[in-house]
Amino acid sequence: MVERTAVISPTQAAAGRLKQRYAAERRFKALGISAIALALGFLAMLLVTILGNGLTAFVQTNVRLDVTLDAETLGVDAVNPSADALGAANYGQVIKNAMYKAFPAVEGRAERRQLAALVSSGADVSLRKVLVANPGLLGTTQSIWLTADDDVDMAMKGHVSRQAGAEGNRLTDNQLAWLDQLEQRGDVAKKFNTALFTTGDSREPEQAGLWGAVVGSFFSLSITLLVCFPLGVATSVYLEEFAPKNRWTDLIEVNINNLAAVPSVVFGLLGLAIFLNFFGFPRSAPLVGGLVLALISLPTIIIAGRAAMKAVPPSIREAALGLGASKLQMVTDHVLPLSMPGILTGTILGMAHALGETAPLLMIGMVAFIVDIPASPLDPSAVLPVQVYLWADSPERAFVERTSAAIMVLLFFLAMMNVAAILLRKKFERRW
Amino acid sequence: MQLLTLMVVLLLLTMFGYRLGRSRALASASGNPRLLHSLPSYHGYYVALWCGLPAVFILAAWLALEPSILHGMIMASLPADLQGLSEERLALVYNEVRNVARYGHVPSLPAVGDAAQHYNNIRTTMFFSVAAASLALAVAALAYAHRRIHADLRARNRVEAAVKVFLVAASTMAIFTTIGIVMSLLFESLRFFQSVSLFDFLFGVQWSPQMAIRSDQVGSSGAFGAVPLFAGTLLISGIAMLVAVPLGLLSAIYMSEYAAPKFRAVVKPLLEVLAGIPTVVYGFFAALTVAPFIRDVGHQVGLTVASESALAAGLVMGIMIIPFVSSLSDDVINAVPQSLREGAYGLGATKSETIRQVVIPAALPGIVGGVLLAASRAIGETMIVVMAAGLAANLTANPLEAVTTVTTQIVTLLVGDQEFDSPKTLAAFALGLVLFTVTLALNVVALHIVNKYREKYD
Repeated sequence: MVERTAVISPTQAAAGRLKQRYAAERRFKALGISAIALALGFLAMLLVTILGNGLTAFVQTNVRLDVTLDAETLGVDAVNPSADALGAANYGQVIKNAMYKAFPAVEGRAERRQLAALVSSGADVSLRKVLVANPGLLGTTQSIWLTADDDVDMAMKGHVSRQAGAEGNRLTDNQLAWLDQLEQRGDVAKKFNTALFTTGDSREPEQAGLWGAVVGSFFSLSITLLVCFPLGVATSVYLEEFAPKNRWTDLIEVNINNLAAVPSVVFGLLGLAIFLNFFGFPRSAPLVGGLVLALISLPTIIIAGRAAMKAVPPSIREAALGLGASKLQMVTDHVLPLSMPGILTGTILGMAHALGETAPLLMIGMVAFIVDIPASPLDPSAVLPVQVYLWADSPERAFVERTSAAIMVLLFFLAMMNVAAILLRKKFERRW
Repeated sequence: MQLLTLMVVLLLLTMFGYRLGRSRALASASGNPRLLHSLPSYHGYYVALWCGLPAVFILAAWLALEPSILHGMIMASLPADLQGLSEERLALVYNEVRNVARYGHVPSLPAVGDAAQHYNNIRTTMFFSVAAASLALAVAALAYAHRRIHADLRARNRVEAAVKVFLVAASTMAIFTTIGIVMSLLFESLRFFQSVSLFDFLFGVQWSPQMAIRSDQVGSSGAFGAVPLFAGTLLISGIAMLVAVPLGLLSAIYMSEYAAPKFRAVVKPLLEVLAGIPTVVYGFFAALTVAPFIRDVGHQVGLTVASESALAAGLVMGIMIIPFVSSLSDDVINAVPQSLREGAYGLGATKSETIRQVVIPAALPGIVGGVLLAASRAIGETMIVVMAAGLAANLTANPLEAVTTVTTQIVTLLVGDQEFDSPKTLAAFALGLVLFTVTLALNVVALHIVNKYREKYD
């Protein structure tokens, strides 16, 4: 008899090892899952941060005041004032008077200044709009909701503590007390923030809006599309259908692949040196921005276009040629229509990428502080991502909220474009 | 506005030419299109091309030449005392003339006002003569082409030849862009290297580009040693790669080897979302959330962490690059032939053993290529570092300190009102040249490796 208890049999050893190996297998799999979870966790964290910071920007704290539209204070004729006079009238004083009337106990210059600071310094503009639209209100007393100052806004939304002297709270004890009184009277309310979607940039967070940037982005992307789409499609047609296989064609292809990987900031340097300094185009204009973005997106569109044309089976081409079409007729009447969904999908994705591009636009001066809404692609303008960058640099707490809101708007546009691309692909995609 | 009107008129004329050519072709075949060599519409296009192209060429040439012609004429007309100014002052004067003329700014000198008046006069005269010339040419060419239309005209071949010229021209655009990039970077860099030596730039360890405006100011020299920038770029990109490569590779492995198709269909697009988020958003996230978080954690443990630490910027950049690494590795892992896996299973290997000992080694060249591509992304990434990395050029390997990068410096040197000719702004182009060369080299190597690898299993 051989003592077998002392010796571990090969099968037993294998079983032991197998256990270890299976454990290693499970560990490896868990590692993979946790990598994915970590990456998606980061994504979730990013979106939650943006949402948490930005959702409140869509409402704005307003203060209700009984404003006496007194002709004398305004400095206009009591009877039939001219439109110009109404436009240039002293609305600031009217609002201050209304504020003093609401708190008759407040005396002294310093205190009164603090009191007036509860209302946004841009409130006079909205009051002007009311009166210019309806001159009959002159001389009457109206109960009007006016935009509150951004410090009040932040305190009301709870982004900074209502305790005086708390971190980030720039309101004084007096101002907080007045704010409490206003709130008790029901004269403070949060209303939808229309300024965010109708005005241009401003130094005052409560008046700063995105509309100028949206219009600027629209102009830039239109220029990009106008330049990039014809050139991109023509290049893909040439390379895919006409180009002979020679070194010249190889050179073009290598160039396109390399351009796709050049850092975008280098394209900004190109735009600065060529478009601004050499051709003398205006700085900060969507025209130049659009041209630079077109150069950046061109490789994307060409690569997508070529892939789409490659997917059209040769039999279609042969059938067209067999029926007597010329090569160009074959392309325009058959290959292009059949590959158009793919080309358009690639174009939309390229445009979406161009919409989010920031660095090259900084190079060509699109970081200027511009209040006006651009009227043409030649006017100085901001674009959405640059607006995000500019607001992110501003120190006021209220701009953190606006920045997040601007990011949400930007992401919304990007999501729409991507959804459009996916739908287009789903609807028209053809498997041959 | 006038230009737009002119273009609309030209467009209408071209469309008119199309109709005219078509109807004349049909008339010349007495209404029977089968007698024509080309379809009637090609005759239309033929006339339209003749009508539109020369006029467009004239307009384009004028648009390109207008600034320099104007510049020359205005300069010649300036009074003698202004002409005696130095070149830079003269450029400023000209700039003012332009602003006064175009945007109605108030002139600082009466001579400038006169010049602005002159500028507007020349500009209007030139525009109307060019408009007249292009319209006359369009009409003449239309008449010429119209006369040439007859049944045997090979209109289709002519039109197609023109289209092919356009196709070839469009495809050279990529080459012109590359040439444009290289030329603009090279010329401005050469100007930079006239004042700063190449050796000092590449190997100097002192970077302080602030140049004094007056010569008696302190620190007027400006130092352009770019080593701290290169080190900072490497540090931040290194951290980014340390985050992105393991996470990207592991998720790609899980996705291609383990995940059920349904899981894959949901998770893969979600991961791609990370690549679609604009970099300015990551920059905001890094500066607002990640950097303060890391600083606070560091303080808790008793470390001093800069509020613009390289770690924060690198970490966020790494997250951004995860999808690049994962989708590129996904491709190469899927390209490994199934037979290799089955061979390993047949020998009794578990799935993870197969992956680690067979699939990954087989896919390694492709993965390395993908990682190199991702690295070139990280090096060229701008917005995250502009918003979350520091501006001070520290030469350090400590990820908790603030460092600056090549791209950050390019942006900070060029944003703001600078005189364009100072070494400070030109330094940005020299940095751009370095950036372009390095990323290009990385890409060429990476694409070469990836292609080589593809051929192996095709």
